[in-house]
Amino acid sequence: MATVTLVDVGKNYPGDIKAVEDFNLVIEDGEFIVLVGPSGCGKSTTLRMIAGLEDITEGEISIDDRIVNRVSPKDRDIAMVFQNYALYPHMSVRENMAFSLKLRKYPKTEIEARINDVAQMLGLTDLLHRKPRALSGGQRQRVAVGRAIVRQPSVFLFDEPLSNLDAKLRVQMRVELSQLHNEINTTMIYVTHDQVEAMTMGDRIVVMNEGLIQQVADPITLYDRPVNKFVASFIGTPPMNFFDGHILAQNSSIAFLSEDGMQLQIAEQQTKKFRQLDKQKVVLGIRPEHIGSAIAENSETVGRISAVVDVVEPMGAETYVYLKSETTSFVSRVDSHKKYMVGEKIELAVAMDRAHFFDVNTDKAIL
Amino acid sequence: MNNTHLTFFFFGFVFFFLYFFPFMPRGKQIALVYLRYLVLTSIAALILAPFFWLVCSAFKDPEVLMAYTFLPPVSEWSSQTLNFSNLKKLFEKEETLEGAIYFWQYIVNSFFLASTSTMVTLFFSSLGGYALAKYEFRGRSFLILFMLGTMMIPAMLLLSPLYHLIHKMNWMDTYWALIVPGACSAFGMFLFRQAFFSVPSTLVEAARIDGCGEFGIYLNIVMPLVRPITAAFCLISFLGSWNAFIAPDVFIQTQSKLTLTVALNQYVDLYDQQYGIFLAGTLLAIIPPAILFFSLEKEFVGGLTSGAIKG
Ligand SMILES: Nc1ncnc2c1ncn2[C@@H]1O[C@H](COP(=O)(O)OP(=O)(O)OP(=O)(O)O)[C@@H](O)[C@H]1O
Ligand SMILES: [Mg+2]
Repeated sequence: MATVTLVDVGKNYPGDIKAVEDFNLVIEDGEFIVLVGPSGCGKSTTLRMIAGLEDITEGEISIDDRIVNRVSPKDRDIAMVFQNYALYPHMSVRENMAFSLKLRKYPKTEIEARINDVAQMLGLTDLLHRKPRALSGGQRQRVAVGRAIVRQPSVFLFDEPLSNLDAKLRVQMRVELSQLHNEINTTMIYVTHDQVEAMTMGDRIVVMNEGLIQQVADPITLYDRPVNKFVASFIGTPPMNFFDGHILAQNSSIAFLSEDGMQLQIAEQQTKKFRQLDKQKVVLGIRPEHIGSAIAENSETVGRISAVVDVVEPMGAETYVYLKSETTSFVSRVDSHKKYMVGEKIELAVAMDRAHFFDVNTDKAIL
Repeated sequence: MNNTHLTFFFFGFVFFFLYFFPFMPRGKQIALVYLRYLVLTSIAALILAPFFWLVCSAFKDPEVLMAYTFLPPVSEWSSQTLNFSNLKKLFEKEETLEGAIYFWQYIVNSFFLASTSTMVTLFFSSLGGYALAKYEFRGRSFLILFMLGTMMIPAMLLLSPLYHLIHKMNWMDTYWALIVPGACSAFGMFLFRQAFFSVPSTLVEAARIDGCGEFGIYLNIVMPLVRPITAAFCLISFLGSWNAFIAPDVFIQTQSKLTLTVALNQYVDLYDQQYGIFLAGTLLAIIPPAILFFSLEKEFVGGLTSGAIKG
């Protein structure tokens, strides 16, 4: 059990590559925190700095109250699960799990007891004598987790542990890992580029891009109130729709006028901050589920846009309809029982009280 | 016309017959199979002929050694022509200027030297290769380039500076002179470096987090994963040391410290050439490396790393 604190942490690789910059974060004791972002955004680098596998160029990392910048990985009381599992191929499952305990000179009986407990918990009891070679992907994954758990570390680090599994197994392991966290309640830091994993598993999510933290928040806040265009587009499938345009203030009403001429009334509670933005360019963001024919019933401020159906993707529970207006294309998420024909021109309702607005230059949300 | 010619003609005939009379089902494929046998058999014959000659010579009486290429005709086989006299003489007590010496002394010397050098070279070369493969440090690429550069210099060129050095260090006539200069081979480091590239770095990192020290990682995690290369390297370096001639000839003077190669060579000198004994000794000298080869053979089969990472 431990808190992990990162203060102004940065990492430069030779050749002036800034992998991570100005990273500030306090990870609470027992928290499940997820670092998410596109490939190359510095998630692994951050995790590896916490693990001690990578030197820290700037700033300080502490675990509990101890600054660990110069502490070697084995003395940080952490355990890590790697994307490729990194099981020792020449050792059996039992030996893999016992390795770290033996090195720490635990008594034989205790090692046995711990391994048996963990094997029980993860359903590995029958596999203890096998070599990693003779295990399936999911089993190897479980052994990798088991090897981390037997240590009873104060912080768990995961670097994309599920990305080598097939889709079905990934969902199953996702649930198992969440259950595991509920059971042992240890601080866990989890890296993934999959936003679904991030949303479903994290107590809090850290969205990163190009080495910088974009936003730290719980999943729902992240979804409802993204602080910038990057977070808005990164979280959510299909991603948020964006329309370029500008603000038009007329008398009492304020509207968003898109480039292809469609006019959308801005919701009443938002009008105040847009009054001084008259004639300024902004980007309107609307999630696919807030565009559709069924919107009118439960939304107060409704705008209307018309567009031509381009592609229809039925997903079962819902259908994604890709549409094209004159200059933009966007997607709507609708009830799967409503039929749409490709090429058909339809009119859709937009829930303007759920709209997001972003500054054209800084991409920051206008709040 | 001897047996080799006959074999050639036989296979050649079969090949042409099968190839040009394709009334047989799948005639051409079978013909090609025979062609392959023909080529392989002739290469094998070429390689094995000197060995066969060596075996024959070791058991021929010195009187008839030069009389026949291989064995005498069966009609003349007798204890006069084929016997163990060479081997017997080889193991007789030999009076030298420094007292009596038995032949097995040289075998022991060679064996000791070859195994010690192999162990020492294995240790240092693999450690060096590990550092060059898995650690980032300043000047690494230069070091590798330099190392490769040293491999281009013929060993003979270095003999006289080496002699000077050994002399200065007072290592003349000691085994240090034979073991230390080869303790860290550039070739070995390069070989192991390449092998260690195939070991995923995450294994090293996992072990580091698990609490393993750097040397422990090398010994317990990394080395067990490159066993095929280790076996091959041991064999190469054992052979190199076992067959070494120039260095022991130059640096060792005391008769009782000589290695097998140098001692055997003494049977064939300017004034007295005992080829029979020389060849019998050579035949014996082949046995230890052969045993080593067959005992290590199964190690060459790779695939140990499979299962380390994903699936
Ligand atoms: N050893 C290194 N030397 C130089 N640059 C590196 C090194 N390791 C990583 N980088 C760079 O640092 C940046 C961040 O890398 P990092 O591995 O943390 O990305 P990531 O977010 O984990 O991406 P992914 O999802 O692909 O794993 C990348 O631009 C990468 O090219
Ligand atoms: Mg990564």
